Amino acid sequence: MADEVTLLDFWASPFGIRVRIALAEKGVKYEYSEQNLKNKSALLLQMNPVYKKIPTLIHNGRSVCESLIIVQYVDDAWKANAPFLPSDPHQRAQTRFWADFIDKKVFEITKKIWTAKGEELEGAKKDFIECLKLLEGELGEKPYFGGENLGYVDVAFVPFYCWFYAYETCGKFSIEAECPKIIAWAKRCMKKESVSRSLEDPKKVYEFVLELRKRLGVD
Amino acid sequence: MAEVKLYGFWPSLFSHRIIWALKLKGVEYEYIEEDLSNKSESLLKYNPVYKKIPVLVHGDKPIAESLVILEYIEETWPDNPLLPKDPYERAMARFWIQYGANTGAAFSAFNRGSGEDQLEKAAKELLESLKILEEQGLGDKKFFGGESINLVDISYGALGYWFPALEEAKGVKVLEPRTLPRLHAWAKNFVELPVVKENIPAYDNMVAYAMKRPARN
Repeated sequence: MADEVTLLDFWASPFGIRVRIALAEKGVKYEYSEQNLKNKSALLLQMNPVYKKIPTLIHNGRSVCESLIIVQYVDDAWKANAPFLPSDPHQRAQTRFWADFIDKKVFEITKKIWTAKGEELEGAKKDFIECLKLLEGELGEKPYFGGENLGYVDVAFVPFYCWFYAYETCGKFSIEAECPKIIAWAKRCMKKESVSRSLEDPKKVYEFVLELRKRLGVD
Repeated sequence: MAEVKLYGFWPSLFSHRIIWALKLKGVEYEYIEEDLSNKSESLLKYNPVYKKIPVLVHGDKPIAESLVILEYIEETWPDNPLLPKDPYERAMARFWIQYGANTGAAFSAFNRGSGEDQLEKAAKELLESLKILEEQGLGDKKFFGGESINLVDISYGALGYWFPALEEAKGVKVLEPRTLPRLHAWAKNFVELPVVKENIPAYDNMVAYAMKRPARN
C-alpha cells in the first residue's frame, strides 16, 4: 500500500521545519499543506483537536501531533534509513534530555528576545547565550549532535537557525560573537539538502517577526 | 549488572514515578533521599543543568528528567513492556504523556492559588484540561495502557494520591466522580495497585506536606 503523508504546517514555524527535515532525511514523499493560523481549517481542527496547532502529520488518515513526537514517529515508522536516535540506551536518554532542554528552556527565552524590551530583553539575551553555551558543551568536537550524521537534537534545534537573524536584529547582538561553535555547527547542517531545503530565508522570517511585533503591540 | 541508584525526594511525584517503573521491571536499586535545601555534591555532579531530582544513575552514568528516565528504564529493561510496540500507538502514548507535562502550569496555578477567586479560576482551568484527558486520552479504557498500566498511567499517577492531598489542603475538589467519572475511577484503580500503594507516602503526610510547603516551580 502506498503511504499517504500530509504535513499541516506554517512556513515560518521552527517546529514545522523540524518535521520537514525529518521527512526529507527519510526520503518520505509527502504533501505540504500551508495552514492559515488566523483562520484554522476544518482539517487542522479535526486532526489536532486537543491543541489545534501545526505541525500536524497525517499518515494514512491518522494524525500525529507535537513536533518532537512527530519526529520520533517518523523515525519509528520509516526505520530503513537515517536513524535519528543512537542505539545505546544511555546515549538515547542524553539525546532526549537535550531535545527536551531545547523545548523547555530555549524556546521560551527566544520568544522574549523578539518581544521584550529593556532589562527583560537583556536578561533573555543572557539566558539564551547561556543555553547555547550548554549546547556547545554537549556538541563538543562532534560535527553534529548526532555524531557523524544528523540526529534528533540536530533536527530539534537547527530550525531555530533561520530565526537567529531576527533575534540578533531585534536584540541587537551577535550570536556568532558569543557562540561561534553553534554557528559553525548550523552552517555545517545547512550543507545538507534536507536542512537547506527546509529552513526558511532568515530575512523573510525577520519581516514576519516585525509583523508579529506590530500585531502584539511591541513596537 | 551495574549498580542502579535513584536520587529522590520523599514527597516528589516525579520521584515516585521512577520507583514504580523500577519495581514493575524488577530492578534492584539503591534509593538516596536528597535534602533539597542542602543538595548533595553527587546530585549537583549528576544533574548540573537543572540540579533537580529525580536522577537515575546506572553504572556511573546519570539520567535526569523523569520522563527521559522512564523511557530509559523501558529500553534498558524490556521485559514487561510499558510502551506499545506499534509506532502510531507509541506516538499516541507519548502524546498523552506530554499532555500531562503541559498541564504542569495549571497544577502550579492551583497550588499557588490563594484566595477564592484565584483558586476557583485555577480549578476551572484544571477541570477543562482533565476533561480533555478523560474524553480523548482515557475514553472507556480501564487504564491508559488497556488492561494493564503503562508509562502513560505512571505519568498521571499523581492524580491518585498527590492531587487529592493537594485538594484537601486547598479545600477545593476538582477530580470528583460527579465531574470526571472515568478519570476518577481510573485514579482509584491506579492507586490500589500494589506496586503503587506500597510505594507512595502515607496520605496524611502528603496532606501535611501540601499544607505547609511554599509552592515551588
